[in-house]
Amino acid sequence: MKQEIIIAGFGGQGVLSMGKILAYSGLMENKEVTWMPAYGPEQRGGTANVTVIVSDERISSPILSQYDTAIILNQPSLAKFENKVKPGGILIYDGYGIIEPPTRKDIQIYRIDAMDAANERGIAKTFNMIVLGGLLKLRPVVAIESVLKALRKTLPERHHHLIPVNEEAIHIGMEIIKPQ
Amino acid sequence: MAEEVVLMKGNEAIAHAAIRFGVDGYFGYPITPQSEILETLADEKPWETTGMVVLQAESEVAAINMVYGGAASGKMVMTSSSSPGVSLKQEGISYIAGAELPCLIVNVMRGGPGLGTIQPSQADYFQTVKGGGHGDYRLIALAPASVQEMADFVGLAFDLAFKYRNPAIILADGVIGQMMEKVVLPEQRPRLTNEEVMARCPWATFGKLKHRGPNIVTSLELDPAEMEKRNIHLQQKYAEIEEKEVRYEEIHCDDAEYLIVAFGSCARIAQKAMEEARAEGIKVGLLRPITLWPFPSKAIAERSRQVKGILTVELNAGQMVEDVRLAVECKVPVEYFGRLGGIVPDPDEVVTALKEKIIK
Repeated sequence: MKQEIIIAGFGGQGVLSMGKILAYSGLMENKEVTWMPAYGPEQRGGTANVTVIVSDERISSPILSQYDTAIILNQPSLAKFENKVKPGGILIYDGYGIIEPPTRKDIQIYRIDAMDAANERGIAKTFNMIVLGGLLKLRPVVAIESVLKALRKTLPERHHHLIPVNEEAIHIGMEIIKPQ
Repeated sequence: MAEEVVLMKGNEAIAHAAIRFGVDGYFGYPITPQSEILETLADEKPWETTGMVVLQAESEVAAINMVYGGAASGKMVMTSSSSPGVSLKQEGISYIAGAELPCLIVNVMRGGPGLGTIQPSQADYFQTVKGGGHGDYRLIALAPASVQEMADFVGLAFDLAFKYRNPAIILADGVIGQMMEKVVLPEQRPRLTNEEVMARCPWATFGKLKHRGPNIVTSLELDPAEMEKRNIHLQQKYAEIEEKEVRYEEIHCDDAEYLIVAFGSCARIAQKAMEEARAEGIKVGLLRPITLWPFPSKAIAERSRQVKGILTVELNAGQMVEDVRLAVECKVPVEYFGRLGGIVPDPDEVVTALKEKIIK
């Protein structure tokens, strides 16, 4: 099993940390992982993206031409990555950030209104975990238990009381993701 | 108990490996894309545990001269920077090489020339393997291609540096520095005691002892006859390193009709390109130099006998390609493909280049 994933959106949306949690969860399952950010003079409001690869075997390139799955959280990122999803692959986008939705016919397109769900429930900071939940519904790259284990391991103990709300966010994401 | 594996950036791995290897001192100055080395050391506070000194100098020039001083006393010392910062260090590096002192320099390259970009590049290949500073000297140059190698090469670089009394450099790029991967860190070992340092480095300047005169560390001889002797000695040492310390990795070379030569992040990208090309029935192999100096010229010459053409993939305008051409003495076509200024090619671009430039 190998999953090549791009997560792209605005800086400040939790794109890089979502990738990090996914990579760390893969590590909890003893998988090979790489996390490669497009780093630069990034800032809140600018674009940010990260490539995450989770694999049972040694990973060659951290830089990819095409992806199995693209998670797109804003319009500029859709323009950049829609054509880089492998035929038959999955594209997930957040309805709040995308005005002109993707149009490709040879890939599976899903919409997740994660920003709206997070705001309605007053848990805006878990936006990226809702999106992660949507991904895990479609692509069970890692088990939810591994995500929780990764959170326990990476979060400082004073933040451990936030783990249940993150778990809830994952479940919300699993429920609200739907085909376009 | 299973080994403890951690997920971290290449830069962080270098910092953790340095502490665990018992390094005595780090002297640096922040610059993207390698600032996490200094930041991680500051976070870890090794001065409270192993006693390792971590110091942010006032400039790159100061940092390399602190390394010069620390190395002269036989201590395990290092610095790190990125391209423009490493240019500033060149005078000090030449002095350290001339004085035959062991140390580690880390260069996490960015796009140049000048201030350039902060994105990945390998444009300091020439600077690293052909000199950089003045005079006839060489650096032992290691090119990691994974986060694990970022960690492993700290110890390897120091072992080689002390074995040959020569500065060693880890030449990485922004991809390897910024990427996170699984890594197994070395066991924590204690720093050497002063007695152990004196036993390992009888040449070091740790004060005049009763049984001998003062040790003098210098790169200066006023008598040219003496200076020539010193230079000849250096060249003999470099010849020995070239004989004994070449390191490289070969993947799918046995049945290869074409060969890609690439180091660092480009070797990873080229490996994926190789997999794609092989899926199309193109028999291509990958030779990854691990030591850029000494360069695996013999291994490349050996492989050149079986292949129809060689492509180098580099994040520069074609630097290592010159050494590959020298290695094969132009007996097979050797072409270069690369991107510049901080742009990293994807595997498809490498496959296309292989077809257009080599297979035709």
